[in-house]
Amino acid sequence: MTWQGQILRINLTSKAVNIEPLNTDWAEDYIGERGLGSKYLLENCDPKVDPLSPGNPLIFATGPLTGTMASTSGRYAVITKGPLNGAISCSNSGGKFGAELKFAGYDLMLIEGCSSEPVYLYIQDDQIEILSAAEIWGTSVWETEDWIRRNHQNPKLRVASIGVAGERGVRYAAVINDLHRAAGRSGVGAVMGSKNLKAVAVRGTKGVTVDNPKKFMDAVQKTKTLLANDNGRKDMTAHGTNSMLTTMQEYGSLPTRNFQEVQFEGYDKVDATAMETTDEAGHRNLITNKACFGCTIACGRIAHIRQDHFTIVNRPEYWHASGGLEYETAFAFGPAVGVDDIDALTFAGYMMNKHGMDPISFGVTLAAAMELFELGILTTDDTDGIELNFGNAEALTIMAEKTGKFEGFGQILGLGSKLLCERYGRPDLSMTVKGQEFAGYDSRSLKGMGLGYATSNRGACHMKHDVFAEDYDDSKPTGKAGPVKASQDKIAAMDSSGLCIFVTSAWGLEEFAIQIDAACSSDWTTERMLEAGERIWNLERLFNMEAGFTASDDTLPPRLLNEPAPSGIRKGQLAELDKMLPEYYSLRGWSKNGVPTKETLSRLGLN
Amino acid sequence: MTMTLDINAELCTGCLQCELACSFEHTGSFNPAVSRIKVFDFEHGRHTVPYTCTQCAEAWCMKVCPTGAILVNPQLGSKEVINTSCVGCKACTLACPYGTIEFNPLSKKVEKCDLCNGEPKCVDACPTQAITYNEMRP
Repeated sequence: MTWQGQILRINLTSKAVNIEPLNTDWAEDYIGERGLGSKYLLENCDPKVDPLSPGNPLIFATGPLTGTMASTSGRYAVITKGPLNGAISCSNSGGKFGAELKFAGYDLMLIEGCSSEPVYLYIQDDQIEILSAAEIWGTSVWETEDWIRRNHQNPKLRVASIGVAGERGVRYAAVINDLHRAAGRSGVGAVMGSKNLKAVAVRGTKGVTVDNPKKFMDAVQKTKTLLANDNGRKDMTAHGTNSMLTTMQEYGSLPTRNFQEVQFEGYDKVDATAMETTDEAGHRNLITNKACFGCTIACGRIAHIRQDHFTIVNRPEYWHASGGLEYETAFAFGPAVGVDDIDALTFAGYMMNKHGMDPISFGVTLAAAMELFELGILTTDDTDGIELNFGNAEALTIMAEKTGKFEGFGQILGLGSKLLCERYGRPDLSMTVKGQEFAGYDSRSLKGMGLGYATSNRGACHMKHDVFAEDYDDSKPTGKAGPVKASQDKIAAMDSSGLCIFVTSAWGLEEFAIQIDAACSSDWTTERMLEAGERIWNLERLFNMEAGFTASDDTLPPRLLNEPAPSGIRKGQLAELDKMLPEYYSLRGWSKNGVPTKETLSRLGLN
Repeated sequence: MTMTLDINAELCTGCLQCELACSFEHTGSFNPAVSRIKVFDFEHGRHTVPYTCTQCAEAWCMKVCPTGAILVNPQLGSKEVINTSCVGCKACTLACPYGTIEFNPLSKKVEKCDLCNGEPKCVDACPTQAITYNEMRP
């Protein structure tokens, strides 16, 4: 129950389409979505595989609650070996595509091999076809969604696709569904492109049933009321995630100009209040908020750009409303590159959605390029004549579009910050962990965040742990390892449910557990979920170890370890990772070298 | 007295919880494809518009039905399909000017909003009160 009981395996080399039973033993051990997809990845690929080769499977996984009445039940995850850094990648997304895949009858879709010519998948319940994408190869995500719906005369098709960035191997290309929802990080879109797979279009009419409907609806009602009445939820609905920008400015944790600074003088021109303020010409950036499937929060922003702004003058194709700024986009296109022009930020955000890229990695890569430019290492000869100074809004928008279309210097930016900085002889300027760019939090003022970044299995990521409360409390490194480890396990479980972790302002693991328990035939408790979360974390770690990562990769860039925070309430602080990491390894049941011990693996059933 | 669902599309976030609740009430399954209230997307998600039967006074669906399978609920004034009488001829789906009565290819009958017998589940499910249950205004 709640599972459809079958998965779709598609081999793009042989064009074989197979429907297999869901491995329910794995669902019992790994819950679903992130955990289940990771298990399928480990069982279906050699971790040493080249991420952009046919041997790397691309997995779309739903969770046990995806498609149900549980609040925020639209989530699905894309799991694969990420081309940005060669680590296990799990990028999850909202919108409506994930639920539709489940409604079509599939809990998970595993795509392997590589098509000899561009194709897209068309799935209408039991009807599955691999069709030519010749007419849409080379077009954007937005054009692709439109073309597919028109081609099938079916406005109800939900589409997940890639833009040119994914086709051409931009290392942080995203899979975008429903126009502006992204499985954004680690380059999962480039893996899709490497398979010559342009899009997956789904229409499902089978519905999802749960094991105990009465118990389930009671749990749904209880948790939904908690969420509806929660102040954190209300703030998210009203202001979106970008209200975080003001908080980070206050804490001196707003990475600015490639992390050289931790506060941005122009923060109030790009924060949530700026989005909601009507300017002298009567223009307001924010139009409304919209929700993903089944969501009671609706944090998504719908925005528009002033029609006289340089980015869209004479470009009426951008005069309509579209997905607006979220915190990470605002950070990466604002403080990180020193730009305070909200319309430029919004346009660059459109480029990410339209061409299919991760705004965090793009922005932080551009920030590194700007620092290299200001140091004289890059010149206008390299940058297609563009002055790549911090604060140049035009440079931001031009480079966002060039990278999306894989043109000129955009091809170099498409390498990501690590390869870019290595290429120009300054690897120290790359603000990455394991080759993935940081999100908008500085590890010098938020110590637990730093430990979370350093140990995240997909490289720098702010979504795999949650120690904001502890980090706000004090800036000491002591006492952070425990909460980091515990929250990593908790979030691994939550990420595997089919729900969104933005509910956690109101819900703990208990609220997830009671809904999963009622939906599934087996019994789920908080304790069991936490154990599954720890199992998932260790499974991801094992993949990375096989792929060649070691404890030496659990680190932070020298800037955060050696250059004190220049301002803010935590001025003078360093990341102090060395004071947390040994305790973290110990709490994890790992050796001093970060290797899970036999006892730990045995306890988690991972032998 | 005729009861009806009032819809304020400006409040709708497009979350589809109305569709989930409707399908669950009528089929026991979460299945937006068979929901009797549907949310339409326009302009890159700028507008999301829930849409269902208005329980209109003319009730062309009822007038055109050759088997008398659509009746007025005497308490609510809603127009309800009597499954045992419906022969699936689809005449009502053509007659309805709003397109809010639909043929279900599985059951071979038509389906429309029945106001859940006076406790419309979409209203309870909507997190923003975009759908409210009221007496029809004259």
